[in-house]
Amino acid sequence: MSIVTVQLGQCGNQIGHEVFNAICSDVRGTHGLCSKKENESYHDACKERFFSEEESEVPVARAVLVDMEPKVISQTLSIAARSGYWKYDVGSHFCQKQGSGNNWANGYSVHGPRHKEVIMNLVQKEAEKCDRLSGFFTIMSMAGGTGSGLGAFVTQCLRDAFPTSFILNHVIWPYSTGEVIVQNYNSVLTLSHLYQSSDALLVHENDVIHKICAQLMNIKQISFRDVNQVIAHQLGSVFQPTYTAESDSHYSRNPLGDLMETLVPHPEFKMLGLRNIPQMPENSLAYSTFSWPGLIKHLRQMLIANAKMEEGIDWQVRPPRLGSSIPSSHSTNKPPHFNTSIANLVILRGKDTHSADLGSFRDPSLYPSWLSPQDAFKAWKTPRAFNKYEKSATLVSNSQFLLKPLDNVVGKAWNMFASKAYIHQYTKFGIEEEDFLDSFTALEQVISSYTIL
Amino acid sequence: MTQSVVVQVGQCGNQVGCRFWDLALREHAAVNKKGIYDEALSSFFRNVDTRSGGDGPDIYKGKIYSLKARALLIDMEEGVVKEILQGPLRDVFDSKQLITDVSGSGNNWAVGHKLYGYQYRENIVEKLRKTAEHCDCLQCFFIIHSMGGGTGSGLGTFVLNLLEDEFPEVYRFVTSVYPSGEDDVITSPYNSVLAMKELNEHADCVLPIENESLFDIVNKIHQMINFGKLGSTVKQNSLVTSSAGSAKTVQEKPFDAMNNIVANLLLNLTSSARFEGSLNMDLNEISMNLVPFPRLHYLVSSLTPLYTLADVNVPSRRLDQMFSDAFSRDHQLIQADPKHSLYLACALLVRGNVQVSDLRRNIERLKPSLHFVSWNQEGWKTGLCSVPPVGHSHSLLALANNTCVKQTFIELKDKFMKLYKKKAHLHHYLHIDGMEQSCFSEAISSLSDLIEEYNELDATKGGPRMDPSRLQIAV
Repeated sequence: MSIVTVQLGQCGNQIGHEVFNAICSDVRGTHGLCSKKENESYHDACKERFFSEEESEVPVARAVLVDMEPKVISQTLSIAARSGYWKYDVGSHFCQKQGSGNNWANGYSVHGPRHKEVIMNLVQKEAEKCDRLSGFFTIMSMAGGTGSGLGAFVTQCLRDAFPTSFILNHVIWPYSTGEVIVQNYNSVLTLSHLYQSSDALLVHENDVIHKICAQLMNIKQISFRDVNQVIAHQLGSVFQPTYTAESDSHYSRNPLGDLMETLVPHPEFKMLGLRNIPQMPENSLAYSTFSWPGLIKHLRQMLIANAKMEEGIDWQVRPPRLGSSIPSSHSTNKPPHFNTSIANLVILRGKDTHSADLGSFRDPSLYPSWLSPQDAFKAWKTPRAFNKYEKSATLVSNSQFLLKPLDNVVGKAWNMFASKAYIHQYTKFGIEEEDFLDSFTALEQVISSYTIL
Repeated sequence: MTQSVVVQVGQCGNQVGCRFWDLALREHAAVNKKGIYDEALSSFFRNVDTRSGGDGPDIYKGKIYSLKARALLIDMEEGVVKEILQGPLRDVFDSKQLITDVSGSGNNWAVGHKLYGYQYRENIVEKLRKTAEHCDCLQCFFIIHSMGGGTGSGLGTFVLNLLEDEFPEVYRFVTSVYPSGEDDVITSPYNSVLAMKELNEHADCVLPIENESLFDIVNKIHQMINFGKLGSTVKQNSLVTSSAGSAKTVQEKPFDAMNNIVANLLLNLTSSARFEGSLNMDLNEISMNLVPFPRLHYLVSSLTPLYTLADVNVPSRRLDQMFSDAFSRDHQLIQADPKHSLYLACALLVRGNVQVSDLRRNIERLKPSLHFVSWNQEGWKTGLCSVPPVGHSHSLLALANNTCVKQTFIELKDKFMKLYKKKAHLHHYLHIDGMEQSCFSEAISSLSDLIEEYNELDATKGGPRMDPSRLQIAV
């Protein structure tokens, strides 16, 4: 089954392009470290998901590019085509001339309805190219106007037009020290609206990826391209083909469905965080060896201590001991920084994955008492190494990972809202104070739900 | 890609405008090597085939034939515009884009606004419509004028009003040159305050400029060129001060260097809209992010670097110096010190080979010494444009919505009151049809209210932070 990617706004299009690059380069690479047959299966599964066959030899990405101003899309299309390894369908893009001005209301209430038909036609066309549609993967930032506002509107339209398909929104959390002054307003409006139509929100925080680039990848002058490439690597590690528990001889056919089924048991909990280890500069790969026990131990500690990367993990954080009779999940026994999970998914790629023991993730103390670890934890594996890493472990977690960032964003937005600053810019385009209040209420609800886990 | 139209009004407006067009052509020439009419060029220029004589149809793609500025030149006396049309830029302007008269406005806002406004209204509207028709997607009008005289101030603000009526969806960015301390026009306070009311009510964004600041900056650069710091040399063909290599061959007028700075301001402001970058910043984003309340739309600007060093591979330390300079008093284009006042919002537009990590590092570094209003503690808007300006490897434009701008307004108000109390020169204004005493009282009242709004914000500075309590959700 295939995934149609919808790239929205400057951020969405820049990242989307890196994602297809990463996937394509992984498939083309000779570091699969597995049998030829295995490689071929992997290659076929990947192609089905992300690329369509055209008459030309070059695979065509299953993607729709949307932006309200033309510069980024034209750049993206030409760079992709120049690579010679893959390209976009030149008809699959839509842009306008003027941009959304970082104004969520402009993206949602003006551009959305105005261009709904054209955009949905493009999506329909891509969807029809798929033999079977697994669902949609949208990439957007929360801070701007197009990705956030128009993105929220398009997600709604996707839900209406394709009620049985899965929708996964990849949302970029802006730098907390500001890329856009009204980013907190835009974020609050985006998240509250996405929560209604999306199946899950997969979040990447710019601050976190920036740190990874600085400390793990040793990049001196970090550019957005560097940040986007790390993000693309992490996304690739989730979406490239794997074997699930269902079958260990055929690659899973329904990546989005499997993801949702595993990670979103309850519609109140849709915020997914991503961790991928190891991460290092390419030229260090040859000198490093890893063991599964080591990687798994690190990953688990990253989960419970809410560490953003594999350096600086707080090893003091321990799960509370079971056996103490605390019936409800309002446990006051849990140590303050312990990260409780609703559901976890670990994906292992590379050599000897069959030997990897993931029992530590099935520890009931990681989850609230009303969840059984058998349901809450899943593992996917493949012996095919990913993107030149001999061993690579990814964690997709529906947990309190994003609680603090969410709380921060809502807090700052509320602070600004109390002074009514910038509100006139939104009411100008039809988003009223009440709409803001609705969004705030919705998100406080989400925060509350995650807090009392 | 969107288009912008420049409306230059009065002597000052036209002289600055003239520098702007010259520098814009140079900038595009440096970037556009193949002579193809591209989207970046189309933001300020039309492409017209003039071989058939007269005004051919616009050509949207392909080779460049003849570039015509998307501009309207308005002046109520002929001297300045005539000089432009006889100079090397004559082919860039279409005779149909001019509106001139002979006798000038006598440094009288009322003459410019009421008399000439009424007289030329239809002519102006028609020419604006024509210019707008040539645009695929008109995003912004840039008005360039001075506040102290009669035409730029009076007729300029009349045009501002007109633009709001006729093109309500298009942004109005106004670059206003405020009178300097030793201004020799006695009535400049009246003209400026009357114009301020119009700016308060009809402009989306105002970039105030003070001649004193420009003069100080130009002096500093000349000192650097002549006396040079130890171990460094200064690039002299930087676009900032020198018009060498541009169209002018006659000796530079004294104001040319100062006007170049303002012209560069406009070029840098629009650079991210015209050229590509990893984090684009369009004109509508500037207004959205920097104007938290409709009337507080006055932005203090600063440009760096104002000179370049000979070595092109500038190590990080120098890059950081650029950021520090942008916040220093000497680089501001008005006589104000934003560092010691309260920031409502701040935008940084970087051009050239600068990456997001450089930006982040410098914001972290400078933040502790700046005061931001309590509800916008991280109020930074950032943009990265890959194309550097001519003669530099990178540059930075900082736009601040900062309470320090109120100083300019307070001084203006004081000067106004000195004259108004004695009713000096009022009769020159009041005998113009449409002018009444109430125009004056409303104008000063509008200015006072504006100053008061800034005062109220300043009062919150340094006070204890009272974050409003969050919504409580029933569990």
